[in-house]
Amino acid sequence: MRELDLEKLSLRELNSVLQSQDKNGQESWLIRNPKGAHALAVGLDAPINVRIEGSTGYYCAGMNKNALIHVIGSVGPGAAENMMSGKLIVEGNASQYAGATGHGGTLIIKGNSSSRCGISMKGIDIVVQGSIGHMSAFMAQSGNLVVAGDVGDSLGDSIYEAQIFVRGAVNSLGADCIEKEMTFQHIQLVDKLLKSSDIGCEASEFKRFGSARKLYNFDIDNLSDY
Amino acid sequence: MKAKKETHKAPRTKPRFSETFTPEINSEIRRAAATGIYDIRGGGAKRKIPHFDDLLFLGASMSRYPLEGYREKCDTSVKLGTKYAQNPLNLDIPITIAGMSFGALSAQAKEALGRGASLAGTSTTTGDGGMTPEERQHSKKLVYQYLPSRYGMNPDDLKKADAIEIVVGQGAKPGGGGMLLGQKISDRVAEMRNLPKGVDQRSACRHPDWTGPDDLEIKILELREITQWKVPVFVKIGATRPYFDTTLAIKAGADVIVMDGMQGGTAATQDVFIEHVGIPTLACIRASVEALQEQGLHREVQLVISGGIRNGADVAKCLALGADAVSIGTAALIALGDNDPKWELEYKKLGTTAGAFDDWHEGFDPAGITTQDPRLAARLNPVEGGKRLSNFLKVISLEAQTIARACGKNHLKNLEPEDLCALTVEAAAMARIPLAGTSWIPGS
Repeated sequence: MRELDLEKLSLRELNSVLQSQDKNGQESWLIRNPKGAHALAVGLDAPINVRIEGSTGYYCAGMNKNALIHVIGSVGPGAAENMMSGKLIVEGNASQYAGATGHGGTLIIKGNSSSRCGISMKGIDIVVQGSIGHMSAFMAQSGNLVVAGDVGDSLGDSIYEAQIFVRGAVNSLGADCIEKEMTFQHIQLVDKLLKSSDIGCEASEFKRFGSARKLYNFDIDNLSDY
Repeated sequence: MKAKKETHKAPRTKPRFSETFTPEINSEIRRAAATGIYDIRGGGAKRKIPHFDDLLFLGASMSRYPLEGYREKCDTSVKLGTKYAQNPLNLDIPITIAGMSFGALSAQAKEALGRGASLAGTSTTTGDGGMTPEERQHSKKLVYQYLPSRYGMNPDDLKKADAIEIVVGQGAKPGGGGMLLGQKISDRVAEMRNLPKGVDQRSACRHPDWTGPDDLEIKILELREITQWKVPVFVKIGATRPYFDTTLAIKAGADVIVMDGMQGGTAATQDVFIEHVGIPTLACIRASVEALQEQGLHREVQLVISGGIRNGADVAKCLALGADAVSIGTAALIALGDNDPKWELEYKKLGTTAGAFDDWHEGFDPAGITTQDPRLAARLNPVEGGKRLSNFLKVISLEAQTIARACGKNHLKNLEPEDLCALTVEAAAMARIPLAGTSWIPGS
């Protein structure tokens, strides 16, 4: 495993090394002294392994493609924002907007995640071992949000076709978000996501939430729902 | 009987319409009462407000030398994004094409905008919905918009862009999001936006992963890191508090500020929003320039003005007030054929008339521009449309040069406030220009 130290390199130099990796390569990198740096390991586009020893600031792994990024610490707002593919694993907690607008790949948070987790998600899978904050999955378009802990207010407000699975308590549901039947196929899907995230919970303990599809086309009779 | 006849002959007051309850207001009340929903339309503010027609140029005279119209050079080039980007946007003319989405516009219209802009040596801009291959292929200089919805946003397209424009707001609807109604969501639009076909697609009013200028600074850092500091980052703002907003955008690290006044168009927004939120384009330029000057960054961070730019005089006036370039949207669509009287019969069928058609959101545009209906969209030939747009851009560039030469300037960027006077007290106050024939600037 090759090392990059943010005490010795600038952010630009460090990101430049990671961004220039061969798309066919299988390099492994260890990042030392992240010390809350913003925009760390962003715009990667190679199947490389990046292990970050410490906590990061905003937008860690932003717009990631193909890379596996493992943070041995916590991450600031917007972790894995607009991720296309690959994986971000966070051993600690995540701040606001984790996985925002993500198109693909998997975001795994072993701790808790703050508000607006999975906001406007567009295909990403997000698995949270702990709890998440209010307005999570707001306007979520597609993908899966799996939460083993509890959820704050207004879950799934104005949700489109994303699926939400929650094991703990849900404080309240947002506009147009309803509880739906948890079928065998859904249990299988959650089980697969939990196992691949190395989170030991029973998939059958989860409830499923999604769109009532009442607000898909504006109707004056639904005015009080907005 | 006799008494009744005498009453009939008595003089009567001429029927008088109310200035408060005008026929337009009354028709809207009746429409709202019948439908139960507010009016949505495209375009920008239609109400009469102080605009560039309220300013005049002071041509050369005893104390100024003009330049010969057909002999002496008057440069039009401009470079946008010189502060941080490795590759600033070099344009032949200071007139760019504003962001308009594939979805709101047909693929043919987007292609025509790219072709026209490229022929004229300037840039065009994507919109809410992402970058289409046709648009990239036919646009030599393409600005990629980074919008709250992030529809179609992906790092591959981001890296193909010649500049990035972070959209904080639009002049037509500062503080508002957008809506693309279900009838315009074709298979291709639905796929690009990752949403089901036929669903009303809401575009959020706030970005999902940052709030406020401190966060914006970090977002700009992220975008620069992803694109390796190669391309400029623009910040587009709907004009409301131009001095403060420009100051904050500069501090967040923008290369270019795009300030969009309330005459700037939208694909679909509530009429009440378009007409009652935001400030006129004329009122935002000097305040933005003042903010840039106070930071010592005027001309280093460039200012692009948009919202109701229609001709070379408007271009020249914006530049004289301190802008580095302008951006056009509605005028570009008209150049392509929007609201052309040749479609009058079809406009009538839609209950409107050429020149007033603004139901761009419904997808029935007879000119084939603001539609996803393949039959209508086929009416616009992208090559011919591109040529018309290029012609228009060249004409308004020539017009601006004509005025600049008359003011003795060998480059459009040398136009200055001193070259202008105002026709009205309101315009004088907003543009901070003396009332014609006086040295009086209201408020100074």
